[in-house]
Amino acid sequence: MISISVQEKDFDTGEEYRLLQSGNTNIGGVAIFTGQVRDLADNPLKFMRLEHYPGMTEKSLQQTAEQAEERWPTIDIRIIHRIGDLAPGEQIVFVGVSSAHRDAAFSACEFIMDILKTSAPFWKKEQHVDGNSGWVDAKDVDQQRAERWQDSE
Amino acid sequence: MKVLFFGSLREQLGTGELNTALPDGVKTIGQLLQSLQAQGDEWKLALGTGNVLFAVNQDMVDADTTISDSDEVALFPPVTGG
Repeated sequence: MISISVQEKDFDTGEEYRLLQSGNTNIGGVAIFTGQVRDLADNPLKFMRLEHYPGMTEKSLQQTAEQAEERWPTIDIRIIHRIGDLAPGEQIVFVGVSSAHRDAAFSACEFIMDILKTSAPFWKKEQHVDGNSGWVDAKDVDQQRAERWQDSE
Repeated sequence: MKVLFFGSLREQLGTGELNTALPDGVKTIGQLLQSLQAQGDEWKLALGTGNVLFAVNQDMVDADTTISDSDEVALFPPVTGG
């Protein structure tokens, strides 16, 4: 089963984990990635503003989860991505995958994060303590990480 | 057709949405990008970077994807979620 949520409110990783690990005794393991707002030592951050494309965002995350399901024998996939203004230390993203064995859970979780980073229509703008602000640039390394899934597992 | 802009493009253009008829001679979303740049200096500056992504009806597509008046089209910079 796939669960997708794009939301302003925070999420409880413990609760998300319990939803993934319970209710199906075929589950042998759960892999989880969470991402959070990182502060910048040389240019302190007041908050990060996350903008998205309502409708396409949910569709894109759903498609990425379905691709993961096709590639690996996953059982459940849960994706949460927050939007709005998030202060340093606040959670941004949750990806959790349950499966019978660890390799599918690890691989699917990493795949979803890599594809999300380059395909899901979110944009970050940094608002700094000193009053300046600026859009975050996409990183080449994220593109490279996504592309490596095209020809290997 | 409805053309949506997001992120730094929305900010640079000062609008998130444009309702326009498909310009004469424009068949693909890449051609629409070229056509929109003729609207003024700020349009050329924002859209002429060579770093614009396309979506048609909420799917990411290539520049040579054909579009029609009934499509929801979006132009945006490379995404930075996660």
